Amino acid sequence: MSVTSIEQPQASWLRFLASFKPKSIADAVGTGLLFLGAWLVIFPFIWMLSASLKPADEVYDSNFHFWPETFRGDVNYYGVLFDQPYLTFLANSFIVCAGILVVQLVTAVPAAYALAKLKFRGKTILFGFVVASLTIPINVTSIPIYLGLVKVGLLDTYFSLMFPFFVSVFAIFLFRQFFKDYPDSIIDAARVDGFSEIEIILRLILPAAIPAVAAFSVFSVVAHWNDLYWPLIVVQSQEKMTAALSMLQYQSEFDNDYGRTFASATVVTLPMVVIFLFARRLFIRSITMSGIKG
Amino acid sequence: MSAAALPKQEWGRRRLAYLLSAPASLLILLIYVLPIVAVFVISFTDYSLVYDGFNFVGLDNYKQMLTDEHFAEAFRNTLIYAAIFIPGAFFLPLVLAIAIQRRRRFRSILEVLYFMPVTSTLTAMTLVWRALLDGNQGAINNMLVSLGLDKVNWLGDGDIVLISIAMVSIWGIIGFNMVLFLAGLTAIPQNLYEAASIDGADHPLDRFFQVTWPLLAPTSLFVSVNTLVTAFKLFDTVAVLTHGGPDRASEVYLYLAYLEGFENFNMAYACALSLVFLAVLFLVAWLQTRMGDRRRTHA
Repeated sequence: MSVTSIEQPQASWLRFLASFKPKSIADAVGTGLLFLGAWLVIFPFIWMLSASLKPADEVYDSNFHFWPETFRGDVNYYGVLFDQPYLTFLANSFIVCAGILVVQLVTAVPAAYALAKLKFRGKTILFGFVVASLTIPINVTSIPIYLGLVKVGLLDTYFSLMFPFFVSVFAIFLFRQFFKDYPDSIIDAARVDGFSEIEIILRLILPAAIPAVAAFSVFSVVAHWNDLYWPLIVVQSQEKMTAALSMLQYQSEFDNDYGRTFASATVVTLPMVVIFLFARRLFIRSITMSGIKG
Repeated sequence: MSAAALPKQEWGRRRLAYLLSAPASLLILLIYVLPIVAVFVISFTDYSLVYDGFNFVGLDNYKQMLTDEHFAEAFRNTLIYAAIFIPGAFFLPLVLAIAIQRRRRFRSILEVLYFMPVTSTLTAMTLVWRALLDGNQGAINNMLVSLGLDKVNWLGDGDIVLISIAMVSIWGIIGFNMVLFLAGLTAIPQNLYEAASIDGADHPLDRFFQVTWPLLAPTSLFVSVNTLVTAFKLFDTVAVLTHGGPDRASEVYLYLAYLEGFENFNMAYACALSLVFLAVLFLVAWLQTRMGDRRRTHA
């Protein structure tokens, strides 16, 4: 190889550095303002992380400094994970989110395929119900569903936490859009080749729908991890408490060890933030896909 | 056309369609259709979880709303909150999206930072906000004092508490709406800007009003409707931050419905409140579709 191949990385490295030189003063000011705004937006996270490392009497110190004078992070996090039932809360949230997602996918994918590609009586009515239900939040249907769960004695169970979300009309709507775009000619050819409808779904449609399924999964898990309203209604014991709901306990002097309080807040927030940092593209797609509704 | 007249294969496919859509249909029936019917029926009774039996009372629950002080207050609080929240939740992300979209440097890091609150667990972060907004020792008041300003009683003053809640909610939604606007901006063809500049629209504001704003209209419509509905659905922040206080100053519509249903067990009244809420949501959805249709026929 020639000399240029040694020089080239260096040149590109210089070009990389040069690219950070602001084009104009206005550009530099704009960038500065954007980062100032970003700092304000993430300050609550930084404050939370910092508080979680401090002893209680340092949390509300009037001059904020990130690193504590007396480091109590180890004690705080140990307390949250092993003295307090946070591992149970996290496990509950995980079970609920996973259970909801699995049932949502198992019910939505076949229904969406039927609505997109098959002819059957009642199809228009079913789709009408799907679209109408898109507008109905859990806050409106909560009372009858709660009363029904009381009647069958299933309050304060995993089932009661998951049941109202077993069908996602949003997923059906989304996947139907996705499946509709799948070329009929390929499906017909597969039928001629002797594929059964189930094989067509599993071997052709589902692989093609993976981007939509992945983005919806992120959307669903985040929504139910963070949900407060429904767990607040059906959970009655510590054993079934979800992570998001557990934060409400601090309303009533549950723990006046403030450092530990914010260690628990960090533990509850962390899983979704980590998922976001690793699956940023999926997150963003899940949001822009929600725009399809409009 | 009778079923027998169909080719055998076609009939099999039709049976399969029923099989495939049956679980979802059954669940939609149980989770949406029957509960809505039940909400409707219960709203005409005096049913309460604490007593056995019930009577039909006609429109009494709906009449009660007209005289219920708490209803009037919650309704007003929701509107005030929405009036503070919606402009901030719309324009801040719009400006940010425009500012971020054109730069190649730092774009992804800025996107990540502004988006962080969207993924975070709002109940946990609200706990942090409660500490930051604390009237005596909160970080925000500390900062105000160090700037020589007076402390503000963010959560304890009935005239300010809705502003504080709106602030927290705006913080939570900026990244979400920004991502929607960014997607809308990316879809605008670059040559339209070039064409506009040939026509003499060189100033950034000209470019904005002649190209960006009109072409962003579908995104803007979606964002505003979504933001409006989010405003009406405010619940979590109130439940963690203020419990509706001080003195009901932050008691918003859904929080009132929750209290009536699950704290006071006035199930029937809560059902009437829920139905009114649903009627508003359907109205918004209907208006959105109509506006979308009109735009399409104009285009």
